[in-house]
Amino acid sequence: MSAPLLSIEDLRVSFPTPKGRIEVVKGVTFDLGRERLGIVGESGSGKSMTGRAILRLIRPPGVVTASRMQFDGMDLMALSEADMRALRGARISMIMQDPKFSLNPVMTVGRQIGEALRAHERLPRAAIRARVIEMLNAVRINDPERVAKMYPHEVSGGMGQRVMIAMMLIPKPSLLIADEPTSALDVSVQAQVLDLIDDLVRETGMGLLLISHDLNLVARYCDRILVMNAGEVVESCAARDLHAASHPYTKGLLAAVPQMHETRDVLPVLDRSAWGGTGT
Amino acid sequence: MNAISLQDVSISYGSQTVVEGVTFDVSEGGSFALVGESGSGKSTVLKAIAGLAPQWTGKISVLGEPRGHRPDREFARQCQMVFQDPYGSLHPRKTVDSVLTEALTIHRLPDRDRRVTEALSDVGLDPRFRFRFPHQLSGGQRQRVAIARALMLEPRVMLLDEPTSALDVSVQAEILNLLKRLRREHGLTYLMVTHNLPVVSFMCDRMAVMQKGRIVEITDATTLHSGDFADPYSRQLYAASGGA
Amino acid sequence: MISRDWLLDTSPTSRLQANAGRAYIAAGQLLRNPLAVIGGIIILLLILTAAFAPWIAPESPVGQNLQNRLLPPSASHWMGTDELGRDIFSRVIYGSRITLMIVALVAVISAPLGLIIGAVSGYFGGWIDRIIMGVTDVFLSMPKLILALAFVAALGPGIENAIIAIAITAWPAYARIARAETMTFCNSEFIAATRLLGASHMRVITRHVLPLCVSSMIVRVTLDMAGIILTAAGLGFLGLGAQPPLPEWGAMISRGRTFILDQWWVATMPGFAIILVSLGFCFLGDGLRDVLDPKQSGKS
Repeated sequence: MSAPLLSIEDLRVSFPTPKGRIEVVKGVTFDLGRERLGIVGESGSGKSMTGRAILRLIRPPGVVTASRMQFDGMDLMALSEADMRALRGARISMIMQDPKFSLNPVMTVGRQIGEALRAHERLPRAAIRARVIEMLNAVRINDPERVAKMYPHEVSGGMGQRVMIAMMLIPKPSLLIADEPTSALDVSVQAQVLDLIDDLVRETGMGLLLISHDLNLVARYCDRILVMNAGEVVESCAARDLHAASHPYTKGLLAAVPQMHETRDVLPVLDRSAWGGTGT
Repeated sequence: MNAISLQDVSISYGSQTVVEGVTFDVSEGGSFALVGESGSGKSTVLKAIAGLAPQWTGKISVLGEPRGHRPDREFARQCQMVFQDPYGSLHPRKTVDSVLTEALTIHRLPDRDRRVTEALSDVGLDPRFRFRFPHQLSGGQRQRVAIARALMLEPRVMLLDEPTSALDVSVQAEILNLLKRLRREHGLTYLMVTHNLPVVSFMCDRMAVMQKGRIVEITDATTLHSGDFADPYSRQLYAASGGA
Repeated sequence: MISRDWLLDTSPTSRLQANAGRAYIAAGQLLRNPLAVIGGIIILLLILTAAFAPWIAPESPVGQNLQNRLLPPSASHWMGTDELGRDIFSRVIYGSRITLMIVALVAVISAPLGLIIGAVSGYFGGWIDRIIMGVTDVFLSMPKLILALAFVAALGPGIENAIIAIAITAWPAYARIARAETMTFCNSEFIAATRLLGASHMRVITRHVLPLCVSSMIVRVTLDMAGIILTAAGLGFLGLGAQPPLPEWGAMISRGRTFILDQWWVATMPGFAIILVSLGFCFLGDGLRDVLDPKQSGKS
């Protein structure tokens, strides 16, 4: 692996509360090459905040600090807001949890994907149309011409998420951040969407940061895994070694998931005192 | 006697039929799962039993009594429901205490103080949570309150609508353990709706697979160990859920 | 026993402590909003003035003294005198009682009325909703002052009838708000859960739906107070509200109209009072909205 695509060192995100500032991300450090990295954690672990902080999407009064936050040789902390806007979407894209809230309800799907491209490249109309159709094909939508003319409420959840992916990938970014991309979808559709993301990542050779609460899912689709708890990375390992994880939190999390061949009478419950976690 | 019995039940919202010709029985003390993807009508079946989806035809009976089309006071003593969203199922301006006493006030039951304290300890909540508002509780704690509320009237049948799908895995394990213990201790019958097959494997002894408003297969939950489903859709769902 | 720690305790030991703690936090937020504090002070002053009017006012509000007609503001008559030689300052002070009474009575009559009608309409939906909302639409489609005028014309002029007329014109707006609020959560799970406990519709509406509508209602009523004062003043100005010699501010302006070019103070002083009190209610309402109704703050 040459110079990493994304290099984060000591990332901290804090928010003010009546009882003083509270850090939700407490010094996260990782490098991401052209590979698939998964961040796993439960709600409140700071995993989504980490993803947003990379795109500088944390709004005041939230405060982001990092001793290094570099993307492809650029210092993300030093970029102006205008440069950042140009970077978002064009070089780093983000797929959010629910397509319903991320798509503009009064614009056809085709036009929205076209807009995403037009924002970063100047192309003639016909070329944009061609690229949109090509992209819809790439996300395995069978009848792209028809779907391009539909409005977001006319497409199903799974198709909506594919449209989102098409929109995010059409400017050919080098890094894709997917924050719980499938948790709003049915199980059978989940696998299709993740397989699709996986194929596209492999084909284009971009980096993938997959943020999820689902350990098994991340293990299946990523090369490396970071496990976060209470704002800190507690475990970092290769995906295939996940079941040999050493940290009690990771182990506890793995054991707490019911199995298809379940024979246990009681599920083991996380003992948060085991590693001094801040359980409530 | 069957705790819950449905015969040829069809349910509609307005002019649209969402559930068609559903028939199944849940034996007393049993734990039955309705599984399926979103839009399969599995939650609608629960709502019809509870009286929250009044447009249905066919026969529904709970503990031998035929069900009306609306919630009623007598039925409330027999059967309660736990909802999916722990953030939406508690009144935002009411303390845990008033949520729990509400049932006792409605049914004019005595000994309110003792019953509330008992219910809290039953669901594993510290007494200091008694006068908190929902926004001061975590998702798991809220779901415990919702379960305690359902237990206040000492029902024999519980309808569980995806009780853990909005929770973290570690919290899910706690709530599943809790539900399992309560069933054993109170001799409850569960009818649970979920899309999560491993949860069924842990919690239930029988299951029905639903697709597009119809039941495609009813089988023992042990089928999940082998994957020997008769229906192709069940097999497909099983495979997508990570079953080998 | 009531200490800051007791109020902010995250594990209250009684219902009283839980509610007191929440009220304390809300009050703290309100006090951090400067406009709300100014509004609150103005309203407090209005209430105090009304309560202690006989001690504050230097003269009787109705005592005539024709030798002192239309005197300009001076040390002995701070706001001057009117065409019958009455001290305008004393009349404005006593007028606060009338204003406060109008505002309080209208709020007490129309807010609960609108609240209940709106909640019933939103909760049951269907044809009940259609009929009730049809009626409120009829009321809303007419300008408030014109409608109030029509009612006063029918009931006969006078302060009580003016209050009734304003209350009748005010409730439809509240019913609309209560209905909209009710509809957002009448399908929520906590309402369904309460129904499943065997609670009657009546109980669900009064114990569970109404408390959720109350905060936005308080905000709306406070913001509407200014409008109510102005409507009352408008009726007074047209001679259909308070009748002479009652020192109602609107009626005072009306009488001062004749002298507005030469004796400006006669109409202007009660006008200032109306503006000040209206502003006070607006400021307080805005502050309350920020505290009670976070989702509305920032919008206007």
